[in-house]
Amino acid sequence: MSGADYLIKRTVFAIVTVFVALTLNFILFRALPGNAVTGLRCGHCTKQFRESIVKQYGLDKPKLQQYFVYLDRLAHGDLGTSTFDNRPVWDDIRGPLVNTLPMIVAGTVISIVLGVMTGVIAAWRRGTLADTSNTWSALAFYAMPTQWIGILVVFYIAIPLGLPASGIESNTLGILSTPSTWEVFSDRVSHLFLPALVLGIGLYGEYALIVRSSMLETLGEDYVLTARAKGMRNWSIVWKHALRNAMLPLVTLIALSLGSIVAGAIVVEDVFSYPGIGLATIDALNRRDYPVLQGIFLILTLSVIIANFIADLVYFKLDPRVTE
Amino acid sequence: MTEAIGLVDTPVATESTRRGFIREVLFGQRASVVGLVVLLFFVVIAIIGPWIEPYSTTTQVGPVYAPPSSQHWLGLDDGGIDMLSEVIAGARVSMVVGFAGAAVAMIIGGGVGLLSGYFGNKTDIFLMRITDYFLVIPDVPLMIVAAAVFGRSTLNVVLIIGIIYWTSTARLIRAQVKSVRERVYVKRARALGGGHGRLVWKHITPQVAPLLVANTVLTIAIAVFAETYIAFLGLEDPSTISWGKLIQNSLSGGAIFHKAWWAIIPPGLCVTIVILAATMMGQAMEDALNPRLRVGHLSVRRFRLRPLRGRLESE
Repeated sequence: MSGADYLIKRTVFAIVTVFVALTLNFILFRALPGNAVTGLRCGHCTKQFRESIVKQYGLDKPKLQQYFVYLDRLAHGDLGTSTFDNRPVWDDIRGPLVNTLPMIVAGTVISIVLGVMTGVIAAWRRGTLADTSNTWSALAFYAMPTQWIGILVVFYIAIPLGLPASGIESNTLGILSTPSTWEVFSDRVSHLFLPALVLGIGLYGEYALIVRSSMLETLGEDYVLTARAKGMRNWSIVWKHALRNAMLPLVTLIALSLGSIVAGAIVVEDVFSYPGIGLATIDALNRRDYPVLQGIFLILTLSVIIANFIADLVYFKLDPRVTE
Repeated sequence: MTEAIGLVDTPVATESTRRGFIREVLFGQRASVVGLVVLLFFVVIAIIGPWIEPYSTTTQVGPVYAPPSSQHWLGLDDGGIDMLSEVIAGARVSMVVGFAGAAVAMIIGGGVGLLSGYFGNKTDIFLMRITDYFLVIPDVPLMIVAAAVFGRSTLNVVLIIGIIYWTSTARLIRAQVKSVRERVYVKRARALGGGHGRLVWKHITPQVAPLLVANTVLTIAIAVFAETYIAFLGLEDPSTISWGKLIQNSLSGGAIFHKAWWAIIPPGLCVTIVILAATMMGQAMEDALNPRLRVGHLSVRRFRLRPLRGRLESE
């Protein structure tokens, strides 16, 4: 298989996956017996009220027609209207998405840095106390539910140290005077720090274990022995020779764990009352606001698919052998 | 793509007798013995729970967030209910969801893997495409949506977990079936006129069953983890008590501001211990069964984690 074949194959796969996601989204929300209307658990809803809702959402039309209407609307960027505040769904979730993005990026960076550092140290000092303690703590953090780590961090770190543990900005900001851009920025960062840290801690264990076993493998290769025989310094053996090759499985793992990153972000935002997409999801759940829930599901799924596609391209760039 | 699997002639490590299998795979390694003992401990707690819970989990027995004392070893929660009784009751739902969810995933994943590996060709391509899509679609948003649409009950939680986490099992079993199918005794049975059903059930399934069990033990860890998510998002049956629900209660009940560490630590610790135990046990069993899966001949302890496997084996 040539490189072009590989790229075409991955592109087609990504596009088909998008359609699978769209269809799944449609089936879950419209086609199953438990649709949005039977899900309405209000005791006093009259029959007329239910019927009017059925009409409003076009649930009385044939399923196939509903499906095409749904695709057509999506193609025009119409995600529907919230049943809670009657605003377009996109307007409701754009703000939270913008808030979530930096947190997810910061959390992922923290997890990769932590994971690579502890993994490399554990592999380099194989069999020593440094290895055992790093490996076991990585395994332990891998096993802990992220929301629990979050609660522990609030309880044992944020409150004793007086760090901000709730919301996205201080209530006092801008009350007495108009804050400067720098003040707003540092306030945001201080509120972002702990949620991102928890997200990172919840994810790094998996990365550390993979980096460790992958490093052990490359450290046993002949070219590492050659590098050592040439008298290279330890750090440049690790950095220039071993780690580069050891990073390959990590790229795949990060791509595949994007779903877990999103999952972690949802619960972390709940613990820290951080007004991002996770909190929006929970609000939509509690309000039984199905259009918003559907929109969020769609956006999250699409971002994971696109990110996976990008990871495929990165992997191809890093290791052209993938096409063989 | 299928030929790159490299599993064509890997013998399963223990083919001798059933007793030999149990001795080598289960009791041969410290990690799997420790994991098994811990898991059994929690299973026993879950079963005998109703008889050993010191207090009722529905009635208030003291002041809100009373600290641990000689009567209440783990103190009381936000409703003045005995925490120890709740943690024991929580074991029941968490373990049932963990084991049953993993069992559903085992049935779907094992079935897809068997069919795909045995029949090959178009069946294989079709089933593996579906598996690929399930692998990419993020699980937790899907879980949230499904739980929200289907309604809140323990049975739904079990089904949802099973329907989401079967993919890596399917891939692993498929690879193994492909290798077993080519062995001489299977070919001979086919030449003697054995039907598909007989070949799959009598000759292939027994060979892949140990690996399937090992993989299912790993899925238990994931199912218990997923349960805490579902409970945390309030998508569980409101009347049940589970570890995930207790973690959520500690946040929503304000345990943090009452400095009630006894309401925060125990449920999360139980989840962590069960996940560690199941991961260690499943991993040790898989390593014993399938030497090819071992990462690096140099590793002291071989930790591989689930998500990586499916992708690497397919490319």
